[in-house]
Amino acid sequence: MSSRKELSGVNSVKTQVRGWLYLLPALLFLGAFMVYPLIDVFVYSFEEGFNSASQTSFGTGFYNYMYVLRDPYFIKAVKNTFILVIITVPVSTGLSLLISLGLSSIQKFRNWFQTIFFLPYVTNTLAVGLVFMILFRKTPYTDGLVNLILGKFGVSPIDFIDGPYWAKMMVLSIYVIWIVMPFKILILTSAIASVPEVYYKSAKIDGASSWRVFWRITLPVISPMIFYLVITGFIGAFKAYSDAVAIFGVNLNAADMNTIVGYVYDMLYGDGGGYPSYASAAAIILFAIVLTITVINLIVSRKATDNT
Amino acid sequence: MNVKIDNVTKVFPSRDKKDKTGVVAVRDFTIDIPDGELVCLLGPSGCGKSTLLYMICGLESPTEGKIFFGDSDVTDLPSEKRGVGLVFQNYALYPHMTVRQNIRFPLENLKGADKLTKEQMEEKVVEAAKIVQIDGLLDRKPGQMSGGQQQRVAIARALVKMPKVLLMDEPLSNLDARLRLQTREEIRRIQRHTGITTIFVTHDQEEAMSISDRIVVMKDGVLHQIGKPQEVYDDPQNLFVACFLGTPAVNVFEGEVKRGGLYIGNQKVLDVEGVSDRPVYVGVRPEGFIADPNGNLTCDLNGIDVMGRDISVVCSHKSSENVIRAIISAESEVDRECKTVKFNLKPHKTYLFDKETEERIKFS
Repeated sequence: MSSRKELSGVNSVKTQVRGWLYLLPALLFLGAFMVYPLIDVFVYSFEEGFNSASQTSFGTGFYNYMYVLRDPYFIKAVKNTFILVIITVPVSTGLSLLISLGLSSIQKFRNWFQTIFFLPYVTNTLAVGLVFMILFRKTPYTDGLVNLILGKFGVSPIDFIDGPYWAKMMVLSIYVIWIVMPFKILILTSAIASVPEVYYKSAKIDGASSWRVFWRITLPVISPMIFYLVITGFIGAFKAYSDAVAIFGVNLNAADMNTIVGYVYDMLYGDGGGYPSYASAAAIILFAIVLTITVINLIVSRKATDNT
Repeated sequence: MNVKIDNVTKVFPSRDKKDKTGVVAVRDFTIDIPDGELVCLLGPSGCGKSTLLYMICGLESPTEGKIFFGDSDVTDLPSEKRGVGLVFQNYALYPHMTVRQNIRFPLENLKGADKLTKEQMEEKVVEAAKIVQIDGLLDRKPGQMSGGQQQRVAIARALVKMPKVLLMDEPLSNLDARLRLQTREEIRRIQRHTGITTIFVTHDQEEAMSISDRIVVMKDGVLHQIGKPQEVYDDPQNLFVACFLGTPAVNVFEGEVKRGGLYIGNQKVLDVEGVSDRPVYVGVRPEGFIADPNGNLTCDLNGIDVMGRDISVVCSHKSSENVIRAIISAESEVDRECKTVKFNLKPHKTYLFDKETEERIKFS
């Protein structure tokens, strides 16, 4: 017994060393490009008036946070981001679930539809933005496709790109929903396909209606995947930026459509840029928001899966 | 409720689209299952026994033929209206529900006049759980239970609606050997207790023999024999049934009937009256041999396994493709040093089958 124990002990030290060696390149890169910048950002966020050229600051404290939290542009960005998250996460998850259920219940053209629904995933963000321009933008020459269609129903043309706030928010939400759906559909169709056929057979013999089968069997069985999608959906939507740029251009403040990540970018490189301290503080606030929401999500999902 | 299957045929479309004929899973099948019996559908894998079960419960519909429960034709009735309970091989318990919720699920689907109050449901759930003796585990989830316990829950779920017919699709296959023995006794007990007509699918002949009132032996979608276990064992109608039932399996020799005598090789082993001269297969049950120094069947001795009460003589004969296994009383004298062993055959343990049709030829 003891000799075997020793053997396995030697073995485990050896394998551990080898394991760490294998991990080393990845760890070095992660350390240099993820961990170090994270710590750095955290430090910057507490250094008042940090100057990256001279590497000096006036002192440490909560000044940067106070400034950012009072900045109307930041408040606007937070508001925009929250609206975007609240609209897009439930709508995109719900729609994806409906489409996945539809896909799972058809036989003919199933692969064909799956390919179509997956297309947005492999399409370039800016190319999609261009298409949205054609659909929604009002120019001196045309009102855009959507307005032309709305016009048939007697709706007067709306400027979706440079017009009222809610019109712009709607376009942005549609855009984000459209971009994130393919991945969700992919995950959900495979989740639905992995529900054992025998559950449905059993439910059929027990006389369960298809509505009950969905609520009592399909949904609970795939719920871990739905929670996964909601959690990653929240995180992704909080980090929205390129979507807004693709539609409204780089000057998001002018369009009134800035997001938190957009604010961070502006503080670093925008017209009024060169404020790494404010950018860091905003980034840390975003981090705190995402962390809080994710923890809440995890607690809710764990409770839900325990109770069903 | 007696179940009648009347000339049922099931054809599945072939995977190959050019092949229009399809695959015949069950062919022109007719049986009558009496009320309150436990009947086994027995056959090798792919013989259509599960398909037949699924047609009885309505998950598949027959291509031709009719199925009756009592006097009513249920062929076109959807499964939920047939009043059947089905137990699956892998239990098919809903993993996110507790045992109580699993058993209650069929009751919650009842509509209209059959609708139950919460108290009535709970009463029935507890009652079903008591029958299968899991009433102490109602708040567990399936994942926290052993395979045997899960199988009991599955049976309780199938029983809770008090089905007219209880169907079981290889219910013991996922259990280990010990649990399998226990659970099959349990199924027998539950069936006796409830008196529900039960149809049980298995490929294990021992399982089928030990618990059923009646065995239905099938192969390639065709009914081969139906009868009480002992009848089917003692009186097989053809070579397949003889070979499929019994462990160790029946020993098959090539032989010939000549002028009222049965010959294996060039030795006359039995007198067979009333059989015309022809080549035959001779099936001899392992217990059908009598060791006798003056016996008239000589085999080459390969070895002897001592099993306490009996001994198993392993030998070979040029007229038999496989090794011959004879089980004889431990008191019989067999000379281990000798290269050959001689037997006499017991006539009622020896079966003759036609060489072409493999059908049984009776002799006196």
